Amino acid sequence: MLPVVSQPLDDELAPPGINAPVASDWLTHFILDEIRTRRAMNAAVIGLSGGIDSAVTAYLCARALGPQNVHAFRLPYATSSPSSLDDAQTVADALGIHLRTIPITGAVDGYLQYEPDADARRRGNVMARTRMLVLFDQSAKLGGLPVGTGNKTERMLGYFTWHADDTPPINPLGDLFKTQVWALARYLGVPAALIDKAPSADLEAGQTDEGDLGITYAKADAILRVMLLGYNDAQLTRRGFDPADVAVVRRRVESTHWKRHLPTTAMLSNTAINEFYLRPVDF
Amino acid sequence: MLTSPKVAILQFKPRKGAYAENLRAAGEAFAQIVAGGGADLVVLPEGALTGYFLEGAVYELALPAATVAADLAHAWREAGGKRADLVSGFYENDGGTYYNSAIFVEVDATGERIAHVHRKLFLPTYGVFDEERFLSRGRSLKSFETRFGRVAMLICEDIWHSIVPTIAALKDARVLIVPSAAPGRGVDGADDELTSVTRWRNILTSTAAEHGVYVIYAGLTGFEGGKGLSGSSAIVDPFGEVLVQTNMTEACLVEGTLAMDEVDMARASMPLLGDLRSVLPDLLLDDELPLPRGTHDAAGR
Repeated sequence: MLPVVSQPLDDELAPPGINAPVASDWLTHFILDEIRTRRAMNAAVIGLSGGIDSAVTAYLCARALGPQNVHAFRLPYATSSPSSLDDAQTVADALGIHLRTIPITGAVDGYLQYEPDADARRRGNVMARTRMLVLFDQSAKLGGLPVGTGNKTERMLGYFTWHADDTPPINPLGDLFKTQVWALARYLGVPAALIDKAPSADLEAGQTDEGDLGITYAKADAILRVMLLGYNDAQLTRRGFDPADVAVVRRRVESTHWKRHLPTTAMLSNTAINEFYLRPVDF
Repeated sequence: MLTSPKVAILQFKPRKGAYAENLRAAGEAFAQIVAGGGADLVVLPEGALTGYFLEGAVYELALPAATVAADLAHAWREAGGKRADLVSGFYENDGGTYYNSAIFVEVDATGERIAHVHRKLFLPTYGVFDEERFLSRGRSLKSFETRFGRVAMLICEDIWHSIVPTIAALKDARVLIVPSAAPGRGVDGADDELTSVTRWRNILTSTAAEHGVYVIYAGLTGFEGGKGLSGSSAIVDPFGEVLVQTNMTEACLVEGTLAMDEVDMARASMPLLGDLRSVLPDLLLDDELPLPRGTHDAAGR
């Protein structure tokens, strides 16, 4: 009998991996270059929700800029979960960053009192956009740069409020899938309570991301990792992915391309901005 | 003939579009090189004096080669530099045709001479890259004589096509100088670096070992619109050994000394280039190769 040397099995159904030390160093440099080198600023402004994405963002900003230069804000609405507020406090205490709480209930209700029939989705969008209003105003006040916290999974699935969560001028986590953010969180030492809890937009009581999306992050990330390379649904199914899961991801990706772009502008000249007149963002 | 040229790679982090400011910063680095004992060859990366991702602004920033040569030489002399060879990537305006180029300038106390300008052959235009939207590609690869032997310059993707360094070696290049601006990516590898950096080093070392050439790699660094340029400047010897490589993602100087007789030793111990010279005609005269055979169609094919 000859010895047999077999190709190791590649688990194509696994979510993407991450080399957390390499990623965190790279993102630390990104934050430093964008805030200090490019903009000659020295501070970051972050909405700290109590969730994992904003926690990891705060950890990275504290590494890059020093905790004294990170201004975190809890921006609760009346229905926000008290445990989310506690988790945000835990992060701020662990890092020694600035933390301020500014309730948005008055601002949100100031508008929604005229729209009593607004459903949960509309109300959630108003809250998200109000939070962004506060963060940009605090940026102007403090001279710090708003730092986004959206991850690649929610960006690809369109699971965010357009011109709210996606608005800050820089976003360290936007090319990392949710499962990679979790791994990064473990490496950075984010408290386990935040890593282990079910992710939630916290716009309604009992809401969870995975409940809203109809698929777990682990499954969605595994599919997205391959789908974004250009594989079609038949190829994904052939690789062992559940067709129903693929359909869920595909539908969300295909229906939300617009959310990943700036507004569509009618082109009338050969100097149309971003069509003919092309300048990089850092020019 | 210089048998042991001292090399300083200026891993550079430019401010986007600020040519004069970047030239001043390069001059400060030149002064540091001079204060440290000088160098025979100083190499700056691709897009060093402007940044790499320029889009339409390339037409505002591209310069004639003679201007860049004069500016670099002036900065070197102002820094107290004596005779040296300076290499830098730059965006070239040749009478309204634009190239991604690298210049080799011989500088001494009284003047400067352009030894060669290489225009990037392979303009990456996929994914994050958009070079051929704005630039024309070069049409030739030359090796040229220097104080330390024949040299060829390849810019970034040029060296990813193994036939390019192969032709450079067949044209008697003993040193390949590779100015580059490589956007780093890949955080799922096992090594203590981005997977794109590992891939680059594999290309540099395999190229050097296959042809028995020194490879001097100058990487741009800094983030440009979220895209981090990975630096990783290095010198690889003709046996394929990395003599020095920085893992810094900031601007820095990477220094080393070439021993030009090592090229002969490497080629003697592993005569792959000699073997290739022997077999090459058979390979290239193969009728099955999709190469023009004396006639061309309208597109020059």
